[in-house]
Amino acid sequence: MIRVVRSTVIDAPIAAVWDILRDFNGHDRWHPIVRRSFLEESKRTDQVGCVRNFDLEDGANVRERLLTLSDRDRRFRYTIVGADIPLHDYVAEVELKPVTDGDRTFWRWSSTFNTPVGQESELAALVATEVYEAGFAAVRERVETRSGGERRTWDAAPAAPAVGQGMGAAIAGTAIVVDRHGGAEELRPQPAEAPPPGPGQVRLRQTAIGVNYIDVYCRTGYFDLLEPPGVPGLEAAGVVVDVGPNVGHLAPGQRVAYACPPLGAYTTVRTMDAGLVIPLPDRIDDETAAAGLLKGVTAEFLLHRVHAVTPGETVLVYAPAGGVGRILCQWANRLGATVIGATSTDEKARVARAAGAHHVIVPGEKSLEEQVRDLTDGRGADVIYDAVGRDSFAHSVAALAVRGHLVSFGQASGDIGPRDIGMLAGCSATLSRPNYVHYTDTPEKFGAAAERLFDAIERRIVTVEIGQRFALENAADAHRALENRVTTGSTVLIPAEQGEAET
Amino acid sequence: MARVYISSVIGAPADRIWQTVRDFNALPDWLPAVRESRIEGGQPSDQVGCVRAFRLEDGGFLRERLLALSDYDYSVTYSILESPMGVENYIATLKLVPVTDGGRTFAEWTAEFDCDPAAEAELVANIGNNVFQAAFDALKVRFGA
Repeated sequence: MIRVVRSTVIDAPIAAVWDILRDFNGHDRWHPIVRRSFLEESKRTDQVGCVRNFDLEDGANVRERLLTLSDRDRRFRYTIVGADIPLHDYVAEVELKPVTDGDRTFWRWSSTFNTPVGQESELAALVATEVYEAGFAAVRERVETRSGGERRTWDAAPAAPAVGQGMGAAIAGTAIVVDRHGGAEELRPQPAEAPPPGPGQVRLRQTAIGVNYIDVYCRTGYFDLLEPPGVPGLEAAGVVVDVGPNVGHLAPGQRVAYACPPLGAYTTVRTMDAGLVIPLPDRIDDETAAAGLLKGVTAEFLLHRVHAVTPGETVLVYAPAGGVGRILCQWANRLGATVIGATSTDEKARVARAAGAHHVIVPGEKSLEEQVRDLTDGRGADVIYDAVGRDSFAHSVAALAVRGHLVSFGQASGDIGPRDIGMLAGCSATLSRPNYVHYTDTPEKFGAAAERLFDAIERRIVTVEIGQRFALENAADAHRALENRVTTGSTVLIPAEQGEAET
Repeated sequence: MARVYISSVIGAPADRIWQTVRDFNALPDWLPAVRESRIEGGQPSDQVGCVRAFRLEDGGFLRERLLALSDYDYSVTYSILESPMGVENYIATLKLVPVTDGGRTFAEWTAEFDCDPAAEAELVANIGNNVFQAAFDALKVRFGA
């Protein structure tokens, strides 16, 4: 039996350190080795017996069960119940003690385990160094950053003029303009200005802009949404510069975000309708909002309003490794559904499983509907989220359970075209073709959806992974990366830090 | 039941500090407030059950029994048999835990006792600050903070 013990002293009160550590599923927020974690069976993070299922940065998967949790002793123990790493009989303990002499925290992390013969020292070193000591350093940095105020806050941003000041003056900035439909090279930075907000309008200085694949379709003209010359982009976060008359829910200096038409998000400053611009809670940072709002709100209405997923239902998600698909897997899993992902490659299957898909099916000898029936004792899926369209539609109908619900929300493979609704009679199917706008076109609808999304993000039900950041003026590079399929997670554009001079 | 908990970090490895604090008869060596100490009956100072009788600089006289001693856990537990403090059922534990990060030591000292409720707050503060914290301060001077 190998025993590993590491301990340290963190220069922060014990409550601050325990607040981070007691969240058993929160380690992917602070531990550098943990890429992604979720709780199995929709359990709570402080529910003794819950299993955290996580992937390490090198791709290894580990499942650990919470054995004990004590807020009184600030201690928990856990055991590995399955891992790609040969740590056997592994039981670990995390314990905090207050250092009353200086209001600091003593943190001890220990474990006992067995390994295959010959790997003892290698695995002991891995646990001690890459898990425990790296964890100490990460939490130390986190609590020190928190108390030290190094986090970027908008209090430190260029002062926003109050309402009234600067009235009548436009703010100069830079926008990415498409002068004609075409390739990524058509995305060119050009001087732009944001006029003072009129009635019902708000003027924003943007801090992060989300890039979605629909932006590519707008640029190329595949979707008839951008009339050149025009500025693409549907979502961004920023800070309110000023508001026009009749805007009650926003104030200068407030952090905000939006995800809605009309296009025009690829810009440093923007004046727009205030109705669909919502305040951001403190715990949602700007990049997360810009990268996750459109996809997350889409997942919100698909899972809660188009069809209200209930525990025990079987949910089939196409493209489970994609932007919306990943969130659908995470969220449906936490809602208690059995989640099946339908994807094309082993790598995407891995992403889908990490997101919470219980089963992943890939093309094989059996058809999609046969594989779904094999996994459901012949029942089929209660709800299917299908954005593939033309190529998948018939398979989806065939994979439905009796009185199942097919939600068709996109057509990546091409238009679905005319279909015979008689085919739905085979299982008394319901068919929905929801449109984002109709679920988000009033402040009430959008606000409620965003609120539920932010809550899910805060509770780690939904995670927004930002895979790459580009400077706004390099938006063309972002599109090239997206079209070449070399991106992972979400992509954001970051406007230059300097405040723009007023004209 | 009143409870006292004081902890500190001392800038030396636990095994070094343990050499000093494990000797149940060595309080005068490291606690400024203790003038003299002896083990009753001539027993060894690491014999569990032995009693130390010691006198403070201010004249106070105490007798304490060694209840548990662990070289494995670096911990010593003792009870008060006789003291001027007005406590009953007093049991205290001093424990050292290595801080692997930097070769330091986390030291914690706990005590539980019964007393006159009116005197409890003052006793807890007095034992915590003037005995346990003072002892840690002395160890920090000796071994480094």
